[in-house]
Amino acid sequence: MTPEFLVAIVFAIVLVATPILLAGLGELVVEKAGVLNLGVEGMMLIGAVTGFAVTSLSGSPYLGVLAAAVAGALVSMIFAVLTLTLSANQVATGLALTIFGGGFSALAGKAFLGKTVVAFTQLFPTELATHPIWRVIFGYSPLVYFSLFMCAAIAWFLRRTRAGLILRAVGENDLSAHSIGYSVIGVRYMAVAFGGAMAGVAGSMFSLVLTPIWAEGLTAGRGWIALALVVFSAWKPFRLLLGAYIFGAVMTLEVHAKAAGGVFSALPSEFWAALPYLATIIVLVVISLRRSSSGAPACLGRPFIPPA
Amino acid sequence: MQFRLEKRPKPSQAALYLAPALSVLLTMLVGALLFSALGYDGIGAVLEIFTRPITNPLKWQDLGVKAAPLIIIAVGLSIAYRANVWNIGAEGQYVAGALGGTAVVLLTMKMQGPWILPTMLVCGVLAGMALAAIPAFLKTRFEVNEILTTLMLNYAIVQLLYYLLRTSWKDPMAFGFPRTSLFTASQSLPYLWPGTILHWGVPIALTVAMIAFFVMGRSVFGFQVRVVGSAPNAARHGGFSANGTVWLVMLVSGGLAGLAGVLEAAGPFRQLVPAFPTGYGFTAIIVAFLGRLNPFGCVIAGLVLAISYVGGEVAQTTLGLPSAATGIFQGMLLFFLLAGDVFVRYRIRSTSARVAGGAT
Repeated sequence: MTPEFLVAIVFAIVLVATPILLAGLGELVVEKAGVLNLGVEGMMLIGAVTGFAVTSLSGSPYLGVLAAAVAGALVSMIFAVLTLTLSANQVATGLALTIFGGGFSALAGKAFLGKTVVAFTQLFPTELATHPIWRVIFGYSPLVYFSLFMCAAIAWFLRRTRAGLILRAVGENDLSAHSIGYSVIGVRYMAVAFGGAMAGVAGSMFSLVLTPIWAEGLTAGRGWIALALVVFSAWKPFRLLLGAYIFGAVMTLEVHAKAAGGVFSALPSEFWAALPYLATIIVLVVISLRRSSSGAPACLGRPFIPPA
Repeated sequence: MQFRLEKRPKPSQAALYLAPALSVLLTMLVGALLFSALGYDGIGAVLEIFTRPITNPLKWQDLGVKAAPLIIIAVGLSIAYRANVWNIGAEGQYVAGALGGTAVVLLTMKMQGPWILPTMLVCGVLAGMALAAIPAFLKTRFEVNEILTTLMLNYAIVQLLYYLLRTSWKDPMAFGFPRTSLFTASQSLPYLWPGTILHWGVPIALTVAMIAFFVMGRSVFGFQVRVVGSAPNAARHGGFSANGTVWLVMLVSGGLAGLAGVLEAAGPFRQLVPAFPTGYGFTAIIVAFLGRLNPFGCVIAGLVLAISYVGGEVAQTTLGLPSAATGIFQGMLLFFLLAGDVFVRYRIRSTSARVAGGAT
């Protein structure tokens, strides 16, 4: 393997890992507040189409990403009203959001089929990234650096701030949090909106960075991988980062299996395509075997109705 | 105005049956507004999607053909959901069923006889059960969440389909296209009447719903499922095993999804192609909810969703809507239904002394 090939592999892994990291970080905060939103894939698709449309119309990818975040947060409010205010079943509502997001993005994106935008690729000037080694550090889209920043910021927020403590209390023991005087529903609304915004940004990564075009369903099930990743991480931001890069490596194998040679080219490409999903199942089993604690918030998925 | 939810002493029967009807109406109304906002002829689109399949008798057969797999899968899912087991892997179990049936097809290519089709159906059911057994085992043995495992298997099994179609199952006469040979006459589902596209899957779907209705209402199994789902503690005291129930409902729902898959492969498709998975397994989740997790409800709900599919195809050719746009209606339908369901279990009280809109 030449250094150039290795750099190309690292580069590919980072690009594939970043959207699932972004969406996973958002969902981690949502689940820490005790809410299970299975609509990540739908919110990502809406973010992807919004980001592409706004970038294509305004010419500014920054505006596109911002619009994707707003769109993701807005559509997540459908989920929030149904599950938090009306205490509807979170599993079914999340699924409905995914189906709705798939349909809505297909319809809204029809006018943009076949168009292209300038890819939202490099933050730093190209002179910094000429040498392969520097390219590994300085050669990415701003969204990659944003995802790393958000990972640290969320870890700090959850562990070191008062607001983070309240959010965790709401997820671990909603009744106590309520009786101390915190608004359980209010905190959960904010968490769901944040998760929606992050999923929206993750979606825009697909349509602005990975393939700067819009196509129906271009997130290809990665929202579900992000959900699995949150469980994999045991609800810890830095472990989520690690998991995202491991998953990214596995998904990259699917594309580069032939070139990598050895065992990678011996197995069919479909095996590598299925591997992230099978790996998630294996990880779920391993987590449950260590029985000590999966780290799941105690109130995850349970509706909260304030006592009279 | 502030309000809060108050639990009803008994679920409201009126709300239970009113919610689906209102949801369908609201979906049409909001759908028309949404399509107009996106620059389409909103009212035209809704009329095209929801009324054309009913007013045009040529489309009635399509409705039956589309509704049959939805009904079969949804009946199985509603049994699982009653037991609080969240199998959302019906799409994968449906594909597994088709794979199981097609395995028999490829072994019996040169043979004839009335035994081939029943063997295919049995193998399809078993394949669906086998795929559903994985999450059942992981849940009962390791307490692994079945939502995530069933979902992951959907994606994995589709890769197996792609692999088989690309390699050993590929028809050598297909000019390199990834598809199997066409099924022979003894491997295909007969039509009910010559000249129509209605196949035996339609009466099979109705029979499945009928059997499920009696099993759920009249048998110990049905009672066990309902008790384990709604009152797990009482079930434990009553001697019903929670793990046993998980196994039973996963095998039933997986087996029925497998049956739908093999029927679809042997009926409308008559071969396996990469485009075989069309999302019936996901749509059936909506059917199960719209049908109130009741087998007869699933029949009606299956027809409603079939209308949205057939109408979506009509609107695709007449109005140029993308096929995925049907998802908007399906998603909204489930949104409204879930919102409406709240009023089955709760009534709304204003936090000031006056009672606001709590019709029972």
